[in-house]
Amino acid sequence: MLTPSLAQRDPAAFPRLLTLVLALALLWPGLSLSELDLSVLFDGSNAGTMAVFLSSFWPPEHSGEFLALLLQATLETLAIATAGMALALAVALPCALMATRALSISALTRGGRPAWWSWALRWPVRGLLIVLRSVPEIVWALLFVRAVGLGPTAGVLAIAITYAGMLGKVYAEIFESVDPLPARALLSAGASRLQAFFYGVLPQATSEMLSYSVYRWECAIRASVVMGFVGAGGLGQQMDLSMRMFAGGEVASMLLTFLLLVLLADLLSRLLRWRFA
Amino acid sequence: MSVLAAASESDRRAPDSTLAFSLSGVGHTHASGQVALQGINIEAVEGERIAIIGPSGAGKTTLLRLLSTGLKPDAGRISLLDEQPWEESRFALRKLRARIGLVHQAPPLPARQRVITAVLAGRLGQWSLPKSLLSLLYPLDPNGAADALARLDLADKLYARCDQLSGGQLQRVGIARMLYQQPNLILADEPVSAMDPVLAAHTLGLLNQEAQRRNATLVASLHAVDLALAHFPRIIGLRDGRILFDKPAEALRPEELAALYANEQLEQRPAASSATQALNLPRC
Amino acid sequence: MKMLSRLLAPIALIAAVIASFAFLQLEASALFSQQGLGQMADYAAGFMTPDLSTAHLRAIGYGALETLAMSAIGTLLAALLGLLLALPAANRFGAVAQAVSRLLLNALRAIPELVWAALMVLAAGLGPNAGTLALALHTAGVLGRLFAEALENAPAAPTEALRLAGSGRITAFFYGTLPAIWPQLVAYILYRWENNIRMASVLGFVGAGGLGQMLYMSLSLFQEAQASTVILAMLLMVLAVDMLSSWARQRWVRA
Repeated sequence: MLTPSLAQRDPAAFPRLLTLVLALALLWPGLSLSELDLSVLFDGSNAGTMAVFLSSFWPPEHSGEFLALLLQATLETLAIATAGMALALAVALPCALMATRALSISALTRGGRPAWWSWALRWPVRGLLIVLRSVPEIVWALLFVRAVGLGPTAGVLAIAITYAGMLGKVYAEIFESVDPLPARALLSAGASRLQAFFYGVLPQATSEMLSYSVYRWECAIRASVVMGFVGAGGLGQQMDLSMRMFAGGEVASMLLTFLLLVLLADLLSRLLRWRFA
Repeated sequence: MSVLAAASESDRRAPDSTLAFSLSGVGHTHASGQVALQGINIEAVEGERIAIIGPSGAGKTTLLRLLSTGLKPDAGRISLLDEQPWEESRFALRKLRARIGLVHQAPPLPARQRVITAVLAGRLGQWSLPKSLLSLLYPLDPNGAADALARLDLADKLYARCDQLSGGQLQRVGIARMLYQQPNLILADEPVSAMDPVLAAHTLGLLNQEAQRRNATLVASLHAVDLALAHFPRIIGLRDGRILFDKPAEALRPEELAALYANEQLEQRPAASSATQALNLPRC
Repeated sequence: MKMLSRLLAPIALIAAVIASFAFLQLEASALFSQQGLGQMADYAAGFMTPDLSTAHLRAIGYGALETLAMSAIGTLLAALLGLLLALPAANRFGAVAQAVSRLLLNALRAIPELVWAALMVLAAGLGPNAGTLALALHTAGVLGRLFAEALENAPAAPTEALRLAGSGRITAFFYGTLPAIWPQLVAYILYRWENNIRMASVLGFVGAGGLGQMLYMSLSLFQEAQASTVILAMLLMVLAVDMLSSWARQRWVRA
């Protein structure tokens, strides 16, 4: 009963060995390409520079005129995010309506799957949404800063474009995920697509759409700050300027304001989502 | 209703044999305030094989957890394998635990883990850290694990995943892990509850065989009284957290068993006839 | 009254939008004026002819590998650090350790990657090291919190059973807890990697190497043709990583 090699070979041994070898093989070039060097975090002179920089953070700048500037920048960031989202919505909704399969008339007779030409007509819109989404908003911001100059306009346009892509895709998916029967019934009865949408799809989709949109608005605020670093206005641009001037106190105040802003936006978004979704 | 019939342990113990464990005045209360055990006095010699029987909620699992050092007694003193588990250092406690093996009723095995790793985990208390971690990726003793599983007729499942096994098979994997651990004190909490009668008898025979082979002490809690009587020389009856009787299997009288399982709230009363007939209370 | 309260929120939202546009003094006319559009069209035209010369493509290839390495190593590092911090955060070492580690994780998370990158450039100088460290630190905060939640929800019974058999805490964790939460951990890591590949491109703007740095430089030098190739490369890399990640997810996360 107890033979020396009772156990057969471990079937997982070879694949694991292979994975390990592969991982190590990729790790070496990865480390050299990324030039990873953790010691810089603990290096004496670097630590000294960073310590000096960080110590200049205290006390946070709180002079009257700086605070006024801070308020202006914060409001600008909020405005960039809101205006950008508004434009994004204006583009996303029509795109979502065009891209979604929920309003496909050819799908009625095919059990919910649109005909090939119906797909073909929808694909350009879907492709456009994908492209708009895939380029990070900060790249758009950089482009627009070059095109229309420094300032919030670039930020608004960048958010509008990227978020139009995101909102459009998610809206289209939301439309497809709700119960399709009311819309299909309306379409079969001869209603126009818009009517079918307003009476069949929208009532069910509203709370999810609202929830996602509010979440995206919160992301837009953070994105606006980040885009400011490339010149798109708001809190980020001011932070970039202060960092370049090594004005630690100002950077500290702005970081605190940013954290506070993010917190408030998070609270507001949760309130809105709870209230309306 | 409490008929405390404790046998006199000192008569049975040979003068120079070692004590496997001893509980004196041990009690434990749940966090909810409910008293699980009280006034427990048990002494066991090395190599003894004991079955604990009793109705549901009697405290069998609590007693086994106390014996495995999973719980600390709220009253009384407990001594395991000549050590005081709650008065020694954490390191010593770890070493003690490696010598105690607990077989769970529902073996807590991670679903995605392979059987071989689960079985080899029995010796984690004895292996060094690097060895344990390496074995996770490349099991270092497949033959040892296969031996343990073969004794439970599960050798073909060596590389299967735990979530591919049935309840009874999982229980056997739990037992295999304990066998691989080779403890001095074997504790089994309803080890055969998910098995058919033939397999259950075979498994209990295996546990007894293992205990005898290595002169280990075996304590098992069982629902099926007939299995307990058939395989274990010493029976302890537990009811409402107290020991009702603690005597050799052949000295057990049917009235004592009836008193153990009597339940006024239920209609049926087991007839006071011969032990083999009416007292076949199978696990539901 | 109820009607009024229901209308309040939509009205407030519309008012907020209008106020935003007014505050920014964004007049639609200026934005979409003949001159404005013409400017943008001219600028955009420069992108229509991407530079596909071998030298440039080679540079882009290297930059892409650099970005890929940044995101992969950064995410890996973040997973290790995150797991280390998640253990105390999931109350494995007492209340004080939990509070401290949660605070640390929140701090790491709250600061955006770009700000981290700027700080790291200060500490480590220009180049991909700064980017890798920045990604690692920020993502450690995100993953640490996700890991801590997974740890808290993991069943404790397997680990307890192993410790009763004499196992130490570390081995009990690896044999008892880790197998249970492994698919979740891998899913989180893959999800963050997808995100980090996008961020890695961007961190180059503050000098942290990779495709981002190339893009920033070519845009600053008004070399639109070169810039458009970089953007195409970024797009392709994002798509490739998304596909790779979803394959890996299917392979390892079918729980």
